[in-house]
Amino acid sequence: MVINHPLLGPRDSSEFVYLGDASLMNRPNWLDKDAGQKFYTYQYLRDNPHLEHKELWFHEQGDRSWLIVTRNTSTHEILKVELAKKFFDKGG
Amino acid sequence: MRYSLLKIIKEGLTGNKGWRPIWRNPEPKKKYDVIIIGGGGHGLSTAYYLSNVYGINNIAVLEKGWIGSGNIGRNTTIIRSNYMLPGNEPFYELSLKLWEGLEQDFNYNAMISQRGIINLFHSDGQRDAYARRGNAMLLEGADAELLDEDSVRDICPFLDFNNARFPIKGGLMQKRGGTVRHDAVAWGYARGADNKGVDIIQNCEVTGFKIVNGVCKGVETNLGPISANKIASCAAGSSSRVMSLAGIKLPIESHVLQAFVSEGLKPILPNVITFGAGHFYVSQSDKGGLVFGGDIDGYNSYAQRGNLPVVEDVCEGGMALMPIIGRAKLLRMWGGVMDMSMDGSPFIDKTHIQGLYFNGGWCYGGFKATPASGLCYAHLLATDEPHEVATELTLDRFIHGKIIDEKGVGAQPNLH
Repeated sequence: MVINHPLLGPRDSSEFVYLGDASLMNRPNWLDKDAGQKFYTYQYLRDNPHLEHKELWFHEQGDRSWLIVTRNTSTHEILKVELAKKFFDKGG
Repeated sequence: MRYSLLKIIKEGLTGNKGWRPIWRNPEPKKKYDVIIIGGGGHGLSTAYYLSNVYGINNIAVLEKGWIGSGNIGRNTTIIRSNYMLPGNEPFYELSLKLWEGLEQDFNYNAMISQRGIINLFHSDGQRDAYARRGNAMLLEGADAELLDEDSVRDICPFLDFNNARFPIKGGLMQKRGGTVRHDAVAWGYARGADNKGVDIIQNCEVTGFKIVNGVCKGVETNLGPISANKIASCAAGSSSRVMSLAGIKLPIESHVLQAFVSEGLKPILPNVITFGAGHFYVSQSDKGGLVFGGDIDGYNSYAQRGNLPVVEDVCEGGMALMPIIGRAKLLRMWGGVMDMSMDGSPFIDKTHIQGLYFNGGWCYGGFKATPASGLCYAHLLATDEPHEVATELTLDRFIHGKIIDEKGVGAQPNLH
């Protein structure tokens, strides 16, 4: 697979480390009343969708940025690549 | 029709005209006692043990494609019980014992070959870890033997013992491990279940569940609705897709694992070998091909094919372990979709929906588990209690901190 990095252009996927579902960015607040249940859901349960999947890739062999890649899990076609940073800056 | 030497001779002398298809292709009935979703190895073995051991015969196995078209037909055919943790080892040892008697049990030639498996080690620390694992296996009644370098050299002189980076220092051998003709396992179980009246319904895709007030009453399929008292999902690889139809989110990611087979060679590899420094395992099939594999590709995938970086990685592992493999041409490669669970261990459990049961999360170790998975799932379906070797394979174990993490890498499925 070739990941079209927003800053560096097309890069081979083997330069990246895969973390998983992009929802892993939304870490629960440990002060919440039901934080235990929320952290269980956050850490262990996955939607694991067929077809479109938003996921986190880390450019370890490159600029060490985190990317949110939207990819088809049935064809491996990459539909969209964004810097994860801009979502962090928005606080979400 | 029972198979025997006498039967083969008789058919041979009469033009082989008496052989019949070994399972029917029935139309689905309106209602069953048990519906099993998934006609793979585990689904068919579940149907087999339910009908042959637990006396429940009114069963349908619903298969989206044709039976045995998933991972039972895509694996590297290895059987073994060299696990360490108490939640796993008794289960896999039961499975190996069932393998040992399987062909007599279901009267079908599955070409079970207990040629032994050797896990190589390359350092002192790894030797200690394997000694510990071997002891854990012995405690559960399995067999294990720690081999030194010379013993491994006697068995497999062609390995790269003096590799500069990962010299081979010995191996943990399980002599009762080996290989099985994988497709025959699906066919043998299908035949044994069909003989007891189980309906195996192919090209029947489950498209939804009928759930009323928290009770699962049946399934919707492309062949119409079918109701049942108990519905058993057994579709590892696609577990999340099936269970999402019931609104259940699983501790599973689907990943693709590739396998490879070389051109046919003369007998060279006497048993199953696994490389301890990378992820590479290899055996030689009865046709002579070297059957080998390595790591999963590492990203969510429902595609039954992988990408080239892992092909390169597997071949590098092969070359580091046994340089002679470089002279063999690759004949075929393919991929299968794995239920990668959050701790690398499987699930055989009820769900919070009454009447809906779940079997999955086999990661890339499902083939060896086929008999025990079927027996334990059948036990759960028949008695509503977990089998004594499967009490820890629960769906809610993460919330209770009772993970079964053989590798100790935590909730990162692509590292298991």
